[in-house]
Amino acid sequence: MKPSPRKVPLHERPAEERIQDFAEVNDGYSLEQAVAEATRCIQCPSQPCVAGCPVRIDIPGFIRQLRAQKLGQSLQTVKTANMLPAICGRVCPQENQCEQACTVGKIPGSEPVGIGRLERFVADIARQSGEAVPVSAPPSHTKKEQRVAIIGSGPAGLTCAAECARAGLRPTIFEALHEPGGVLTYGIPEFRLPKQIVRYEIENVRALGVEIRTDVLVGRTITLPELQQQYAAIFIGIGAGTPVFMNVPGTNLKGVFSASEVLTRVNLMRAYDFPRSDTPVFHGRNAIVVGGGNVAMDAARSVLRLGAQSVRVVYRRTLEQLPARREEYHHAVQEGITFSWLAVPVAYLGDPKGNLERAQIQRMELGEPDESGRRRPVPIPGDRFVQECDMVVEAIGQSANKVLFETFPGLARNKRGYLQVDPQTLSTSVSGIFAGGDIVTGAATVIEAMGAGKRAAVSIADFLAT
Amino acid sequence: MPYKIVSKKNIAPNQTDCWIQAPLVAQHAQPGQFVVLRVDEVGERIPLTIADADPEQGTIRLIVLQAGESTQKICALQQGEEILNLMGPLGHPSELPENQKLLMVGGGVGIAAILPMVKRAKELGNLVWAILGAKSSEHMILQQEISHFADRTLLCTDDGSLGHKGFVTDVFAQVLSEKKPAFDQGWAVGPTVMMKALSAVAVENDFLLWTSLNPIMVDGTGMCGGCRVTVDGQMKFACVDGPEFDGRKVDWVELLQRQAQYLSAEKQSLQAHGCRLDTLEQKGGEA
Ligand SMILES: Cc1cc2nc3c(=O)[nH]c(=O)nc-3n(C[C@H](O)[C@H](O)[C@H](O)COP(=O)(O)OP(=O)(O)OC[C@H]3O[C@@H](n4cnc5c(N)ncnc54)[C@H](O)[C@@H]3O)c2cc1C
Ligand SMILES: Cc1cc2nc3c(=O)[nH]c(=O)nc-3n(C[C@H](O)[C@H](O)[C@H](O)COP(=O)(O)OP(=O)(O)OC[C@H]3O[C@@H](n4cnc5c(N)ncnc54)[C@H](O)[C@@H]3O)c2cc1C
Ligand code: SF4
Ligand code: SF4
Ligand code: FES
Repeated sequence: MKPSPRKVPLHERPAEERIQDFAEVNDGYSLEQAVAEATRCIQCPSQPCVAGCPVRIDIPGFIRQLRAQKLGQSLQTVKTANMLPAICGRVCPQENQCEQACTVGKIPGSEPVGIGRLERFVADIARQSGEAVPVSAPPSHTKKEQRVAIIGSGPAGLTCAAECARAGLRPTIFEALHEPGGVLTYGIPEFRLPKQIVRYEIENVRALGVEIRTDVLVGRTITLPELQQQYAAIFIGIGAGTPVFMNVPGTNLKGVFSASEVLTRVNLMRAYDFPRSDTPVFHGRNAIVVGGGNVAMDAARSVLRLGAQSVRVVYRRTLEQLPARREEYHHAVQEGITFSWLAVPVAYLGDPKGNLERAQIQRMELGEPDESGRRRPVPIPGDRFVQECDMVVEAIGQSANKVLFETFPGLARNKRGYLQVDPQTLSTSVSGIFAGGDIVTGAATVIEAMGAGKRAAVSIADFLAT
Repeated sequence: MPYKIVSKKNIAPNQTDCWIQAPLVAQHAQPGQFVVLRVDEVGERIPLTIADADPEQGTIRLIVLQAGESTQKICALQQGEEILNLMGPLGHPSELPENQKLLMVGGGVGIAAILPMVKRAKELGNLVWAILGAKSSEHMILQQEISHFADRTLLCTDDGSLGHKGFVTDVFAQVLSEKKPAFDQGWAVGPTVMMKALSAVAVENDFLLWTSLNPIMVDGTGMCGGCRVTVDGQMKFACVDGPEFDGRKVDWVELLQRQAQYLSAEKQSLQAHGCRLDTLEQKGGEA
């Protein structure tokens, strides 16, 4: 039987309704819908989708179990490869990964199987049914030979810790912020990834015997050499959290922010609930968001939900080159966010008290291809316009956080400031120290960070066994 | 991990001196560094200077001036109660030299940051003079502790109730002009307007003056850029690049403007919690 060409549609809350709050855009599939979608999978023997998944989930396997309504087994299948399914099912760029490789999607006019939605479904149903988290007691021995220090609690650190615990080691995560989760907690907004789900998945990691210590900035609260004394191996998964500014004139006017600041205030500090929560966030009326990635979309949609009347995304290339997930772009458009393509701010102008009033914007055209193969945007001489705005959010990229490296310069880094590792073992230039995630690749994806955490755990187990 | 308040006393109007259990911070703290803490589940993350540390007891000392919601919450906590989250030590330690002549200037609650610097500077064999300023004698803090270590301590108050009547800037300018002794460099911590004025004097005298900047912070780890300041025309993140910078090169006007970013929101927070507004207004000029 030929699979139906379209994915079983998801019910999305209408845009006018959802921009009033920070709740999720859609509720996910019901059991019936999930089973119907699962039937679209033709169970290809060659499993191209699995190769498209950075952590190699047995995709046909879990879909088959789901179709047979063996939901517990289905979740177990997913979890053997992926510790955080409720998260990946929501935020993975499936269109470039598993779903891109799906055979059904290759049939002309047909959409791939909704692998991400199904993964989310099996994870959500287990959580909603209140299924108890199986707790494995942490191994009682605390010999140094078994102790692994994990720096950073983002997807890379969480996965590395979980896999170390499964391998019988004794991992301890050190996290600088007061809540674990990395970008999952402080970056990706509630309406895409509810924090309750992140917390639940982290509890599952804890239940494997992982200790998580928050409020520890490694390099300052405890040094790397101290960790080397107390732990037999170390994994660095500190992400690429330092915001980059374009640094045009007027960047320090009040009203100009990095996306990281706005998102941190809103997500980590729950500023949307101010004054019930003590942390304020700036409420712009006419906002400009600069950039074109997921971070820019998240910032734009958050600012809109905080009550802005107009939000315009300014991106220096065109829609075709927009790095954000298409789904998120469409959501943004539905919600009333407007886009200026081929444009980049060159100055911010303010009043004498330092409040932002306007942005001067340069129009661009596409020139010769650059190193990435994409055509490089170049300014059109003399073609500038002025846009009134009281808030600008820059989301043009992140770089490595330097605190750890300043206090431990021994680790080899590349030109861009990221850690150099052996591509196979993920070992750094210092024996016994491994690294993965954004701090090695630069800003990438949740699932790639998880894949790195998993590979590092295997290397760490090997390293400790020899 | 809970951060228990092991002792607490009021040392001046609206100023609380407390010791808090935080062993790792206590072991690593150096003069010039600070912590970021969050009192409770809904609390804001706020930065506070480490005024002293006892690595053996595993405790650190914070001196808190009630400014708004968060600082009032800390001051309301009793001995034995806990702060939910506390992280540090943050920022670069003061780069104190050996065997030089140093001038340390503290104003208001900023005096708290001067205490550990004076102590360490003396251990390093420096000659140290301290200039301390407050609104009036009852607002003056740590004067005895600092004068115990410093070679000389000069006091001033706005109303003349203790020491010189007037601002620390006057005394600072005079000491520099006398050149007896000829100081090599200095540190200043206090309200931004005070550090701005002192920096102007430092420029006139071609004197290296380190100032500890206090912009609004969120994470304190270099991940938000909210604390950015302009120093020598360059963008710096005060939490990880500072907090101390050569005061002669700081864009003070910009810093003062940025500090007022959330002023109306802060009033709203205080009102929502039924607190008094005058403490906030007072804070505008204080720290
Ligand atoms: C707004 C936003 C939206 C995104 N959307 C998506 C998406 O839809 N899909 C997707 O796949 N990817 C998305 N990404 C990218 C993805 O989140 C990252 O690639 C991923 O989180 C990287 O994981 P990580 O574990 O390497 O680091 P992070 O998640 O950055 O975690 C690093 C952690 O280390 C901590 N840390 C740093 N320094 C220290 C130290 N010295 N000591 C202790 N702890 C330290 C940090 O506080 C942080 O918690 C998004 C990113 C952002 C910012
Ligand atoms: C490095 C550093 C060290 C400091 N050390 C001390 C100290 O030892 N003792 C002390 O009493 N105060 C210190 N401060 C100031 C202290 O952080 C603020 O008074 C406090 O954050 C105010 O919070 P609030 O909720 O009580 O008041 P709010 O009502 O929130 O604010 C009052 C004023 O405080 C400032 N402020 C507000 N939020 C922040 C924030 N998150 N970060 C920085 N400033 C803010 C603003 O200028 C604001 O207008 C320090 C600040 C910095 C940056
Ligand atoms: S983890 Fe991501 S890439 Fe892998 S199957 Fe799930 S959605 Fe696809
Ligand atoms: S490629 Fe698509 S259809 Fe084939 S097994 Fe994978 S999900 Fe099913
Ligand atoms: S406080 Fe966030 S970068 Fe300094």
